[in-house]
Amino acid sequence: MNRRVVITGIGLYSSIGVGKEAVLDSLRKGKSGIVYDKAREEIGYRSCLTGMVEDPNLKPFLSRRQRLGMHQPAMFAYMSTMEAMEQAKLDVDFLEKNETGIIFGNDSTAGAVINTIDKLRERGDTTLIGSGDIFQNMNCTVNMSLSTIYKLKGINITLSAACASGSHSIGMGYLLIKQGLQERVVCGGAQEINVYAMASFDGLGAFSVGHDAPGKASRPFDKDRDGLIPSGGAATLIIESLESAEKRGAPILGEILGYGFSSNGDHISNPNFDGQYRSLKMSLDQANIAAETIDYVNAHATSTPVGDSMEAQAIHSILGSDVPVSSTKSMTGHECWMAGASEVAYSLLMMQNDFVAPNINFENPDEDSQKINVVPEYTEKKIDTFLSNSFGFGGTNSSLIVKKFVK
Amino acid sequence: MTREEIITTTKRFLSEEFEVNSEKITANNNLQKTLDLDSLDYVDLVVVIEENLNFKPTSDDFKKIDTFNDFYDLVERKLA
Repeated sequence: MNRRVVITGIGLYSSIGVGKEAVLDSLRKGKSGIVYDKAREEIGYRSCLTGMVEDPNLKPFLSRRQRLGMHQPAMFAYMSTMEAMEQAKLDVDFLEKNETGIIFGNDSTAGAVINTIDKLRERGDTTLIGSGDIFQNMNCTVNMSLSTIYKLKGINITLSAACASGSHSIGMGYLLIKQGLQERVVCGGAQEINVYAMASFDGLGAFSVGHDAPGKASRPFDKDRDGLIPSGGAATLIIESLESAEKRGAPILGEILGYGFSSNGDHISNPNFDGQYRSLKMSLDQANIAAETIDYVNAHATSTPVGDSMEAQAIHSILGSDVPVSSTKSMTGHECWMAGASEVAYSLLMMQNDFVAPNINFENPDEDSQKINVVPEYTEKKIDTFLSNSFGFGGTNSSLIVKKFVK
Repeated sequence: MTREEIITTTKRFLSEEFEVNSEKITANNNLQKTLDLDSLDYVDLVVVIEENLNFKPTSDDFKKIDTFNDFYDLVERKLA
């Protein structure tokens, strides 16, 4: 079976906006979501910069039991999923009766685990921890919460693949629908944003210390970058078979054409050209389109010298020098487990509104980024097909190609 | 703690924890149904009792509780 797979809903809970409209405005304006976080300074972070979102108040929407098992990843994902469901014209009544799956990207619950252990140390008795913590502590917290809230009856798995988690979640959902095993899948990525989440990562010295100007600190592809900035929130995409979308009268936001993936099988943290190249190449081969067809590349580029350079080389080798490229991480920071999903959503917003969001803070190219067309400013452009890259620790790579829907 | 103090105190923390209107917590109402407790909620009931009254009820204690009156009796016995 080889069915067409379309996207019918997106939802965003992001440091550059809560909801699609706010995010679209930020993408157009090149608005940064990076702030200086005093709490990081107090606990001993080297870099105190982060993208920031507030913890949402879910009491108006969910029962006590539904909320008890949720910490940040699940809370953020509920917000983005609520928005995506509304756009896709889906509700609990429909979902309960029509098999729908969920494959959500998430790769940590550090804040929740530390809260639990703090309680245990204080109370000295596991039976005084409470009933919700176990569901907050598990990596599948988003899946457990959303599948029970929305009464989902299909595939139900969490995808943990470091900073490519969100992208792979869409890719795996796409494959299941394409093969006829699912009609629709809730995909996405969530990233906790508390001080515990990124402490050990900060200790590697890979984060920017551009404290004087937080909005200027994330500088993917720029020669003067000094590291990435962590961020978080959640993004949800509802993907489904074309038949299902048309039958339901759902809006069709784009069609997923190709999913490429690879593993470097190399260093645990250092990126590698070969793995990225193979992921990009596979997505094009699978989509069965020529490289020239790609109108825009949403780069993974996180603002680290080695990672950005490898990606610039891979893009140049496969797609050449002309295709417009930007890294929305210049505005959002690195949304990690969420990034692969949110960046497809950001790119969809650009495709729907005929523009390329700027790679802000790109002022001076380096040896590799000068070979590709990094777009530093808002640029009007009709996008029919885009490619979104996501790469993660452990050498996991994912590339997705999405096309404007044509019947 | 007097019986009245027990009623006032427990009504406050039970309605807060289980998000139930405190007016529904009356002596002859069924505790499990009023608070809408499932097996997981009994874990949280133990936690809030320990936090507010400094004792930990056992599962055998809960087996003997039907109404809030039974619950107040248990608290009285434990605090005596």
